[in-house]
Amino acid sequence: MSEPIKRRAGTKMVPYPSQSIVPERDLNVQPVLETRHLGIEFGGLKAVDDFNLIIGRTEIAGLIGPNGAGKTTVFNLLTKVYEPTQGTILINGHDTKGLNIVQAAHLGIARTFQNIRLFNQMTVEENVRIGLHNQIKYDMLTGILRLPRYWKQEARQHRQALELLSIFDMQDLADVRAGSLPYGAQRRLEIVRALATNPCLLLLDEPAAGMNPHETEELMENIAKIRDQFHIAVLLIEHDMSLVMGVCEGICVLNFGKVIAKGTADDIQANPVVIEAYLGKRKEG
Amino acid sequence: MIFLSNLVNGISLGSIYAIIALGYTMVYGIAKMLNFAHGDIIMVGAYIAFCAAQYWGFPPLLALLVAMIVCTLLGITIEKLAYKPLRQATSLAVLITAIGMSYLLQNLALLIWGANPKVFPSLIGLDSISLFSGQLSIRGATIVTIVANMIIMVSLTLFTSKTKLGKAMRCVSEDRGAAELMGIHVNTTISLTFAIGSCLAAIAGLLLCSSYPMLMPTTGSMPGIKAFTAAVFGGIGSIPGAMLGGILLGIIEILGKAYISTELGDAIVFAVLIIVLLVRPTGLLGKPMREKV
Amino acid sequence: MKSKRNKLIYNTVTFALVIVAYLVLSYMVGHKMISRSLKGQLIPICCWIVMAISLNLVVGISGELCLGHAGFMSIGAFTGIVISGWLLNGFQFENESLRLLIAIIAGGLAAGIMGVIIGIPVLRLRGDYLAIVTLAFGEIIKNVLNCIYISVDGRHLNWGFINNEIEGIRLLNGPNGAVSVKIISTFTAGFLLILFSLVIILNLVNSRAGRAIMAVRDNRIAAESMGVPVTKYKMMAFVTAAVLAGMAGALYGLNMATLVPTKFSFNESINVLVFVVLGGIGNTLGAILSATALTILPEKLRFLQSYRMLVYAIVLIVVMLVTNNSLIKNWIRSFLIRFKGNRKEELS
Repeated sequence: MSEPIKRRAGTKMVPYPSQSIVPERDLNVQPVLETRHLGIEFGGLKAVDDFNLIIGRTEIAGLIGPNGAGKTTVFNLLTKVYEPTQGTILINGHDTKGLNIVQAAHLGIARTFQNIRLFNQMTVEENVRIGLHNQIKYDMLTGILRLPRYWKQEARQHRQALELLSIFDMQDLADVRAGSLPYGAQRRLEIVRALATNPCLLLLDEPAAGMNPHETEELMENIAKIRDQFHIAVLLIEHDMSLVMGVCEGICVLNFGKVIAKGTADDIQANPVVIEAYLGKRKEG
Repeated sequence: MIFLSNLVNGISLGSIYAIIALGYTMVYGIAKMLNFAHGDIIMVGAYIAFCAAQYWGFPPLLALLVAMIVCTLLGITIEKLAYKPLRQATSLAVLITAIGMSYLLQNLALLIWGANPKVFPSLIGLDSISLFSGQLSIRGATIVTIVANMIIMVSLTLFTSKTKLGKAMRCVSEDRGAAELMGIHVNTTISLTFAIGSCLAAIAGLLLCSSYPMLMPTTGSMPGIKAFTAAVFGGIGSIPGAMLGGILLGIIEILGKAYISTELGDAIVFAVLIIVLLVRPTGLLGKPMREKV
Repeated sequence: MKSKRNKLIYNTVTFALVIVAYLVLSYMVGHKMISRSLKGQLIPICCWIVMAISLNLVVGISGELCLGHAGFMSIGAFTGIVISGWLLNGFQFENESLRLLIAIIAGGLAAGIMGVIIGIPVLRLRGDYLAIVTLAFGEIIKNVLNCIYISVDGRHLNWGFINNEIEGIRLLNGPNGAVSVKIISTFTAGFLLILFSLVIILNLVNSRAGRAIMAVRDNRIAAESMGVPVTKYKMMAFVTAAVLAGMAGALYGLNMATLVPTKFSFNESINVLVFVVLGGIGNTLGAILSATALTILPEKLRFLQSYRMLVYAIVLIVVMLVTNNSLIKNWIRSFLIRFKGNRKEELS
């Protein structure tokens, strides 16, 4: 781990070729994610249309917008749950056209879900171990025959799982069934599980939903901590503006499937189009 | 001419499959479950009609009516006792319960009516028709089956598109939660669906046994599974799909038995199911379903 | 590490129970302390136990309902019979234990290959469709076996499909199945097969692959998002179960003098499902116990025989209602608490 990256307050955002912005420190490295004219239609309805976004190597970015704007659909497009009907997605410069969910995950994209999707019958540790599935490997036969490699790799998995859980101070919960965790802990476990896949881009779908202000504050600290520690980019969807404005460097606002504004927190807060999308048009007179 | 005769028989068998498939497709569309016991309700319907006609000397139409009433009540009872408590359970649990219910009905029938096959009386008093100067003869039961199928299809289509209850059924199948919020009684609607499906099963039972007059406790299971195949073939949840799938499957089965191999008739039908699911998992007329993430 | 220790205890108890049961039963057989009817059932019990724990891998661990498990057993049984007959009549291969071993391996392989062929299309489907297609495959297997004629002529295997005019000593005879099979299955072989299956299944479940299988069961999309290839792991569970069922089938087939293809009907698949459900879905030890109890009981209690399937049907429904309805679950829980409370009061 090198020295921590400075948080949003000091980040200078610079324009990036093709009408986007990234943090200045990421300007000379390949962006972790780039989408060009991304769009999808569901039976004639354009859920996402001409979506362009670039996320820097170590950026924390936010994707906001009113309900039904198409934010989760963007996540589903990025993770290849849906195949886009137009446009391209580049992850680390790789075109993801025709890839499936698993292949997209192998490229280093990991996500959490709006409606939590844990492996409920399994323990907390086992959930994290599924995240480590492609990090620490041995084949089926080694497992059945209990060869020395099995014991070695199992021990490694165990160690690493506990290490990851300690980010959120959850190592004591390792043997608890994931389905019986309280709501906030389930959301945190999802983040740990996603981190275990060793991603370069972490997608968080409403990570603070259902959390109280204190927990949200803590989550905010942790998102920044994760980025500093693992040197990854984070893209998050969130309705809690204190979190978005507090931690996100670049923010993209979506409405009716189209990007209506892009910029830093200050730009977005001052943008009349965004205010109109959220609050409606002011009546003249 | 033999081909034509086979074709007519195929359409007739297919019509029976179509009527049974309706029960599957409606229940699947609304309760999102595979009612494995549906085939055995056919068998119960046939036994009731048999008893009514043979032992109590009821006229055919009255026997049919009795069978329809009993099956309707049976369908509602099964739904209330076994399926309703499992609304929130996994589909695995519901399916296992349905299989259990199917076995329960079969074995109750075995206890009541015995294992020996009963020869079903011919309840349909219509004479055979001769066409092409006697070269093609169509049995009365065949004609009645095909006509009955058409009447049922038309009335059911009208029911679901024109009446309030029918519209409620379509609502529940689209989105159960939203339907409930709109003030539709979801439980009543599901019961109604089971009632209609079971009532149709009684008709199918009588028609089936008029064409193939051997009645046993296991009579319903094979046609039941094949009718489910037909429902999947046509696109599960779709009423015209059940009709199309049923008739096509009936034709395939009869022609397959006639021209390929008698022993492999069932294998051919199931092979069709597998091919359909591979090539077009939503069936011929089904709408694609997307899992929400 | 509470859960790890529990798992270890569970596995040890399972293995210990099987081994002790084998030792006690062999002693009793050796000293003629066991009734003839029970003795005749020892090998079938072993077969059904293997069937139950292998189906449990598919239903309980992988979370898919397979209704054609008897089909795999059937393939294993008839492959085993043919291989054993071929070795005996074509090669004068007299060593029975070795022949049984080869037959069991061949049965497992044949069922495994069929598992792959079936699995490729079937495992793309979900839930109810998968159940009904495995059912269809079971029926197709039964139908096709009904049309196969195989005979051994010198060292050659002759075969006919629907056509029964083939030369040599008949091994398979279409709808009449296998006749005058030389019985070579032993109780020890059955015991070893159970141990083999247990080692595979219990070790698999507590490994990387097993966890991936369970993750796919718990949440397919989340598993995919973690980079777990879903089809591969579903296939792994399905084919492993098919191989074990094939092996159990070979053991079963070589324990019967005659065997018809219709023996392995849909009913048998349901029987095995009842073992799994009654033992507690996902519970290997439970599957072993229920398979044993439900194979012995109908024989012991003759009056139960005609009600057997009726009782099974009720078992399926009641177990599902009790374990899946929160209302009934809570009611039973509160009843148990009250019951325990009363006992404590009585004691004090």
